[in-house]
Amino acid sequence: MDQILTIGLNGLTVASLYFLVASGLTLIFGMMRIVNLAHGAFYLLGGYVAFSVLQGTESWSLGLLAALAAVGAVGVVMHQVLLRAIEHEDMRVALVTIGVSLILADQLLVYYGGVAHSVVPPDFLSGGMELGVAGIVYPRYRIFVLGLAILVGIALWLFISRTRFGMIIRAGVDDRDMVSATGINVRVVFAAVFFIGSALAGLAGAVGAGAFSLAPGTDVEYLLYSLIVVIVGGMGSIPGAAIGALLVGLVSQFALGYTPAVASIVTFALMIGVLAVRPQGLLGRTA
Amino acid sequence: MGDEDGRLVVDGLNVYYDRVHVLQDVGFEVGAEPVAMVGRNGMGKTTLAKALLGLVPAASGSVRFGGQELLGASPYKIVKAGIGYVPQGRRIWPSLSTHEHLVMVGAKAGSRWTVDTVYDVFPRLAERRDVSGANLSGGEQQMLAIARALLTNPRLLVMDEPSEGLAPAIVEHLASTLRSLVDEGQSVFLVEQNLRFATELGDHILVMVNGRIATDLRSEELLADEEKQNLYLGVA
Ligand SMILES: Nc1ncnc2c1ncn2[C@@H]1O[C@H](COP(=O)(O)OP(=O)(O)OP(=O)(O)O)[C@@H](O)[C@H]1O
Ligand SMILES: [Mg+2]
Repeated sequence: MDQILTIGLNGLTVASLYFLVASGLTLIFGMMRIVNLAHGAFYLLGGYVAFSVLQGTESWSLGLLAALAAVGAVGVVMHQVLLRAIEHEDMRVALVTIGVSLILADQLLVYYGGVAHSVVPPDFLSGGMELGVAGIVYPRYRIFVLGLAILVGIALWLFISRTRFGMIIRAGVDDRDMVSATGINVRVVFAAVFFIGSALAGLAGAVGAGAFSLAPGTDVEYLLYSLIVVIVGGMGSIPGAAIGALLVGLVSQFALGYTPAVASIVTFALMIGVLAVRPQGLLGRTA
Repeated sequence: MGDEDGRLVVDGLNVYYDRVHVLQDVGFEVGAEPVAMVGRNGMGKTTLAKALLGLVPAASGSVRFGGQELLGASPYKIVKAGIGYVPQGRRIWPSLSTHEHLVMVGAKAGSRWTVDTVYDVFPRLAERRDVSGANLSGGEQQMLAIARALLTNPRLLVMDEPSEGLAPAIVEHLASTLRSLVDEGQSVFLVEQNLRFATELGDHILVMVNGRIATDLRSEELLADEEKQNLYLGVA
């Protein structure tokens, strides 16, 4: 019983991080049909930015903000400089973003080395927390990660469903030429969406580096899992990313707990199972 | 500016889809008098409307509006310059409610067209304000597409087959609504296959055949000449 609960909670922590990463990926894809394969490297970059800022200023929250802003800016620059001209060519976008991902990860390796780092959370988020269920004590920080993901999810939902900018994003996902044909400069909207989407990866990296360590290879892992999350949930759907993250997080952790030898196969089987029944993903729309 | 203000002057416009020469040296003008364009399926009418809005690139030519060259400009700048667009097939955004379509486009307070004044002209849309665009009827979607374009407060309204797929009674209603806009001074360039609708609204009719403007005549002339109707439109 205890074990099931603990694995479940671990699943939720992982799902929270997957959601933060995947929501950015799916937001960008939904609006621009760009699959940013550097998104995992953005996660890693966010973690290291938070690490360095924490080292330099001793402020954890400043580290989070810096990760968010810096990675958002890197995303915008990558889009404006490298992707604008080739936006409609999927293969080139894939190759260029993989290139960015490799270069970024390599530079981070040179600068930070191959050892694992972590972004140590502040005291008020450290230690264990009585959950009042079956006497379980669970790391307070992980509960914070879950709460943050829920908060970000609600904020994104309100932003997209209630604001004029959110309407423009939804309309752009439906038919972006028609958005331009009502006098709206879609380029500016794209830049803003790229900023938000990338910033989410940066935030996830900064937050994730407090729960798990930060090391070369983390980028590939998060890219892979957020792609699975987005495919399971439906490309372009934020609620889909939430459901996908929950499923992938829980399934991967339970598989790790009970059948560690074939854990990743089980996660892939989940994706294949969903694709067999709903090729567009759980909440995705057919193109 | 002066008398060029609000006047659309298209000259020598050429558009290709890959190698296919879809618009060939198209030239015409639209001023205060409403102009309609008719032509059979696949003749290039929609391509022309899209080219005017900057939604398809043109190989050569000129599109001047109010004295300003618009060819090559991005669609949003063309709309800001004063051209409103009602696309073929309506192209309503299914993820947005009726009201959201209007709020999103918005308009400065005090403009001729605001969300409120648009609702006055299309009261049906006000009744359906919280309904998703995907769940509107064809006629309602068409009204919404027109309302959305009006909110950009265009000096010239470009409409592509607004009567397509609508029941005759609804087409009738739409025609009278548009007629009153024209009477109020709204400039219109209308693409239509429905000859009655086109002649009811347009004083001037352009006929497009295989990407060229084959002829240009007054509505009464085309209405009175069944031979021409057969030749250009294949209707009796
Ligand atoms: N995106 C495209 N790529 C290639 N060819 C196209 C494209 N869009 C249209 N065409 C072709 O260009 C020609 C003109 O099409 P267009 O849609 O402008 O005609 P239309 O006069 O509006 O027809 P309809 O009355 O059916 O709306 C047609 O032969 C069409 O098949
Ligand atoms: Mg057409």
